[in-house]
Amino acid sequence: MKKIDRRNFIKGSLAGGLTAAATGKAKNASAAGGTFGGYPDSMGVLVDLTKCIGCRTCEAACNKEQGLPEPDRPFDDYSVFDEHRHGGLPRRTTEGAYTVVNKYEVEGREHPLFRKFQCNHCNEPACLTSCFVNAYTKTPEGAVIYNPKVCVGCRTCMIACPFYVPAYSYSSPINPVVKKCIMCYDTRLQFGRPPACVEACPQGVMTFGKRKDLIDLAHETIENKPDKYVDHVYGEKEVGGTSWMYISDVPFEEIGFDTHLGPDPILNYVKDFLAIVPMVLCIWPALFTGFHLLATRKNANKDDSNKA
Amino acid sequence: MSLKKGKTIGLAAIIAIAAPLSLPFTVSGEVFELNSLSSLYEGVSFDHDMHIEATEDNCTVCHHHTAGTPPEEPDCVRCHRNSGEADSPKCSDCHVAEPFSAANLDRQYNTPNLYHTAKPGLKAVYHLNCLGCHQETGGPTGCQDCHTMTDKGEKFYNTGHYAPKEKPGGQSSGHH
Repeated sequence: MKKIDRRNFIKGSLAGGLTAAATGKAKNASAAGGTFGGYPDSMGVLVDLTKCIGCRTCEAACNKEQGLPEPDRPFDDYSVFDEHRHGGLPRRTTEGAYTVVNKYEVEGREHPLFRKFQCNHCNEPACLTSCFVNAYTKTPEGAVIYNPKVCVGCRTCMIACPFYVPAYSYSSPINPVVKKCIMCYDTRLQFGRPPACVEACPQGVMTFGKRKDLIDLAHETIENKPDKYVDHVYGEKEVGGTSWMYISDVPFEEIGFDTHLGPDPILNYVKDFLAIVPMVLCIWPALFTGFHLLATRKNANKDDSNKA
Repeated sequence: MSLKKGKTIGLAAIIAIAAPLSLPFTVSGEVFELNSLSSLYEGVSFDHDMHIEATEDNCTVCHHHTAGTPPEEPDCVRCHRNSGEADSPKCSDCHVAEPFSAANLDRQYNTPNLYHTAKPGLKAVYHLNCLGCHQETGGPTGCQDCHTMTDKGEKFYNTGHYAPKEKPGGQSSGHH
């Protein structure tokens, strides 16, 4: 029987490890060098927060379009703005409401500011990349949709989402799944029509169009009234860009927007680490089995020779 | 193909939902009935004379450049300094009732050198114009201060006859 040559074994394993490391590194480099950046002709919505009057018509429209359950309170009941969750946080999306409007009292502003909250439909969605059953899809039209039949209800996307958007059907004990705004993809967006909330809005708060045109429009709007608007298009750059973007007359951090998210898609923060995982899984077992064999072989041989 | 079909269905749906597309103004004396869009709410009785008085005959407060008064917005003046009086000063002549119809969206995307790319629809400009001014001047600002909700509206907003049963406190009220 051919004996394992210790020197050759170490040489071989080291060479293998280095090759794997090199390919891994090359992959990282190419991935980090070019981010996806979104589909070129994807649609989007530009929200002008200065125009919203908090009438909640968008909430009602969403409810009807998506066939959501009857609300706890009528949609023309404005006392909901005083509702707060634990920690004084404003209302958020739930399994029964894919969009909510919140009120912000801003010092020095004559009227309160109302802000509609729903999925922002990221160009590179963290929910999508975090989903291990691939339930999510970013469509070329711009919507981030999901397949509830595939969803196993693990709620990883709820943690991954930088905007805390996905909600969970806690009311369903048998098959709880994640629930969120799909930009009315099924009934409208895929036919070139805007989401129901956009069309229902009596104030024309939301402009529907190609995302790249909306970015131009947003900057033009700010340029035309620099005294009115804050020079920031929220969603143009945040987390790699989002399909829903916002302009405002109040600094975004004062009205519940996270302005510390940075321009990198959430995926970029974990990509380097995740690239190592397959390498570890392939090489480590072989490597350590080898070490184990080397360490125990001697004793095994010794035992054999003693017996002989 | 399917996109085109979808657009057609969408347009049909919008037309079906929208109110009769007759003349937007039914002139009766100097009080206009703004009811071309009424669906969730009844139309609005608009006292034109009263508003002429309130704005001290300055048409441009509401009508941009279309009523012959020169525009005051610096952004409009750039092009419309000498535009003069329009053939019709009606809001609905420029601001369409269905801004999201396939035809209008198509026009917006495919008209080269279109300046007013995001022109708001008729419903939006009524609200922006009226409500914007009312907020500043102390005019009525609640939804039902100007138009009463229809049965269809009550259904849509889950209010009135269609209010959620178990949880009280759902009286509809006007809003700022």
